[in-house]
Amino acid sequence: MATTPVVSRPPLWRDVRVRRVAIQVAVLAGVVALFAYLYDNLRANERALGIDGSYDFLDQQAGFRIAYTDFSPGDTVLNAILTGLRNTLAVSLVGIVLTLVVGTVVGIARLSSNWVVRKAAGVYVETLRNLPPLLVIVFVNSAGLSALPTIEDATDIGGFLVLSVRQIGIAIPRGDGHGGLYLALLVAAVVAALALGRWRRAVEERTGRPARAWTLGVTLVAVVAMAGYVALDAPMVLSRPEVVGRRVEGGTIMSLPFAAVLVGLVLYTSSHVAEIVRGAILAVPKGQTEAATALGLSPGQRLRHVVLPQAFRIAVPPIINQFLNLTKNTSLGVAVAYPEAMYVTNTVIGNGNPAIQSILVVMGLYLVVSLAISLVSNLANWRLRLVER
Amino acid sequence: MTAVDPGDALAGLAEPVAPAPEPEPPARDLTPRQWVRTNLAASPADLALTVVFGLIAAYAAYRLLRWVFVTTDWEIVRVNLRQFMIGPFPSDQLWRPWASGYVLAAALGLAGGVLVGRPAPGGEGAGGDAEADGRAGAGAGLRGLAERFWPLGLGAVVVLSFTRTPLPTLLTVGLVAVFLAFRLLGARALGALRRFVWLIVAVGVLAALQVIVAGPGGVGWDDWGGLHLAVAATVAGIVLAFPLGVVLALGRRSSLPAVRLVSTCYIEAFRAVPLVALLFMGRYMVGFLFPTTVDPPSQLVRAVIAITLFEAAYVAEIVRGGLQAVPAGQIEAAHAVGLSQTQALRLVVLPQALRAVIPAMVGQFISLFKDTSLLSIVNFVELLTVAERATEQSAFRGQGLQAVVLAFAGFLYWVGCSTMARESRRLERRLGVGER
Repeated sequence: MATTPVVSRPPLWRDVRVRRVAIQVAVLAGVVALFAYLYDNLRANERALGIDGSYDFLDQQAGFRIAYTDFSPGDTVLNAILTGLRNTLAVSLVGIVLTLVVGTVVGIARLSSNWVVRKAAGVYVETLRNLPPLLVIVFVNSAGLSALPTIEDATDIGGFLVLSVRQIGIAIPRGDGHGGLYLALLVAAVVAALALGRWRRAVEERTGRPARAWTLGVTLVAVVAMAGYVALDAPMVLSRPEVVGRRVEGGTIMSLPFAAVLVGLVLYTSSHVAEIVRGAILAVPKGQTEAATALGLSPGQRLRHVVLPQAFRIAVPPIINQFLNLTKNTSLGVAVAYPEAMYVTNTVIGNGNPAIQSILVVMGLYLVVSLAISLVSNLANWRLRLVER
Repeated sequence: MTAVDPGDALAGLAEPVAPAPEPEPPARDLTPRQWVRTNLAASPADLALTVVFGLIAAYAAYRLLRWVFVTTDWEIVRVNLRQFMIGPFPSDQLWRPWASGYVLAAALGLAGGVLVGRPAPGGEGAGGDAEADGRAGAGAGLRGLAERFWPLGLGAVVVLSFTRTPLPTLLTVGLVAVFLAFRLLGARALGALRRFVWLIVAVGVLAALQVIVAGPGGVGWDDWGGLHLAVAATVAGIVLAFPLGVVLALGRRSSLPAVRLVSTCYIEAFRAVPLVALLFMGRYMVGFLFPTTVDPPSQLVRAVIAITLFEAAYVAEIVRGGLQAVPAGQIEAAHAVGLSQTQALRLVVLPQALRAVIPAMVGQFISLFKDTSLLSIVNFVELLTVAERATEQSAFRGQGLQAVVLAFAGFLYWVGCSTMARESRRLERRLGVGER
C-alpha cells in the first residue's frame, strides 16, 4: 500500500494551487471590473452634462497670473501647475532643513539635565503636536505675520532681516566678480578636507595615533576661505535687504504666505521630529552607555561614538516619514493663498478648466514627489541597516 | 555643602527587611536642595542656562497670561459659542447632539470599564497609576484622575464658563455621571463581555448617530458643523476605514502576488497624496462615479468617502505592524491544533494583532481629528470656518480678533488631542504591562 504510484489528486476546488490562481484571478477581475464600472459611470455623467473628458486643456493658455512668480497668463495650464509644484518643493526643502535643526535641538533639550530647559521643550512639543497644522499655519498668517509693521516703517534688524507686512527680506551672501571661482575653491577645500579626514582615520585605525580629522579639516577649509577671500579681492558680499520705496530690495525676498506656510509647518513638524529624536536617544539600551563608561570613554565620547550613531539609525526612517508629511502638508498653503500645486490647481479649476482631470494631474504629481521621498527613505534604511553576522 | 550622598542607591540594599518590590527612582529621594543642585545648577554654565531660559519662559508666561486674562475681550467667543460647538445645527434641535452624547458616553464608559475591569472584586479599574502607588486612598485616586484628565477638565470648565445658562453645565455633569456609571457597570460585568467590547462601542456610536440623523425630523448631515462635525467626521472616518484597512493589511501580507500587488498599490498611492487633494477629489469627482440614475451623494458623504479611503491606507499600515508582531509560532501552533487558515486568522492572529495596534489606532484617531480641520478648506462649517466667520460679523469686524477666535479653536483641538494622546500612552503602558 505504501508504493501506490498513482497520486490521488484532490478535487479541483480543493486543490491549493488551483485555488491560489483562482483567488488571484478573481481579485484582479474584481478590481478591473470596479474600475471599469467607475470609469463607465464617469463617462456617462460627463456625457450627460456635456463635459469634455480630454486632457487638451493642459496645453491651452492659463489666462491667470500666479502671485509672487513671473508666470504670465499666456503660458500653458500645465506650466501653471508645474510652477505651483516648484513652489511646493521650495517651501518643502527650506522647511525640511529648518525642521531638522529645530526638531533635533528641541528633542535633545527635552532630555536636558536642566529642569527649566526640559520643561520648556516639553511645553513646546506638547502644545504644537496637539494642534492641527492648518490651524498653526492660519494662526501664524493672520495673527502673527499680519501684525508686522507696514512697509513704510518696516523693522530692520541689523541689516540682516527686514520685516514688513508686505515682504520679508533676509540677507544672503552673493557672488561679486570672482564669486564663482571662490565658490569652486571652497567646494574643493571641503572635498580635500573630507579626503584628509578619511586618510587620517585610516592612519588612526592602523597606528592608533589620534586622527584629529575635524580639527585638521576645519582648519584647512578656514585657511582656504580666508586666503581666497583676500587673494580674490572680496569675491563674496553680503547682500542686505533694504526698503526702497514701497518694496524690499536686496537679499532674498520671502512673500508673506510663503513665510506663513514655512513657519507653521516648521513649528508643527519639528514638534514631531523632537519626539522622534528623544525616543531614539532613549531607545539606545542603557547597557551601551554603561559599557562605554566601563571602557573609560568620556561623556562626550560616549555620546559621539556610542549613543548617537545608534540613535541615528533608529531615528532616520521616521524622520524621513515626517519630511514626507511636511511635503504633503504644504498643500495646506491653499488656506493662506500660497501658490503651491494644490492652490494653483484650484485656480485652474476656478478658471473653468475640467476639474477631474486637473485633480488627477496634481495627484499624480504628488504621487511622484512622495514616491521619490520614499525611495530616499528606503535607500537610507538600506544603508543604515544593521549588518548582523 | 555636603557632597551628594553616593550611598543613596545602596540605601535600599542596606535594609533587607523591607519587601521592596521595585527600586524607587533616586530622583524621588532628593531633598529640595539636592534637587535644585542637580536640576537647576549642576555647573555655572547650567545655572546660566537656568537663568536665561527661566527669564524668557517667565516673560512669555506673563505675556500669555496677561493676554488671556487682561487684554483680551472674549465676548466674540461667548457670542459664537454655539457656532463653535455645533455650527449651523438648528437650535430647536439641540437635544439631538446632547442625546447622542449621552449614548456615546454610555457606550464608551461601558467599553472602557470592560477593557480595564478586573474580574476580582474591588478593582474598579479607575486610576491605574494610583494603584501602582500602592498607597491608594480616595485622595490618591482623585489626584490620579486629575492628572489623567486635566486637559479635558480644563476644556469643560473653559467652555462652560462661556455659557449663559446653567443648563449646559448640568447636562455636562449628567454626561460625566452616565459615563462613570456605565464604566462601573462594565468593570463589574462578566468577563464574557470583554470580547464584544468593540461591538459595544460600534453599536453605541451608530445608535448615537442614528438618534441625530434618522430620528423623526432629524437634521441632515449638511447642516452639521463646528466641533460636532469634527468629532462625527473623525468617528465616521475611523469606523468606516477600519474594516477596509484590515482587509488591505491582510492583502499586503498575503502569499498571493496579485492580492499583494493590489493592496500595496492602494496603500502607497493613498499615502502619497495629501488629504486636501483627496477632499477636492471628493468634491469634484466622487459624484461623477455614481451611476447617472442615482442622485449624487451630499457633500459631507463625499468628504467622508475621501477621508475613509485616505485613512484606510494608514490603518492598513498600522494593522500590518500588528500582524508582523504576532510570532510565526502562533500561526504554526494554530495549524498544528487543526485550525484552518481562516480560523487561525480569526481566532489566533487577529485578536493578538488588533490588541497590539490599539495605541497606534488611537494615534491615528488623533491625527484624523486634527485633519478634520481641512474640511474648512472645502467649504464646511468647521471650527476654523466658524472662527473666520466670527471675525467678519458686524460687531467684531476689523478689530484684529483673529488671534482670539483661533486661540479658542486651537484650544478645543488641543483638549481633544492631548486627552486622547494621554489615554493612548496610558493604554500602551497598561497593555504592555498586562502582556506577560
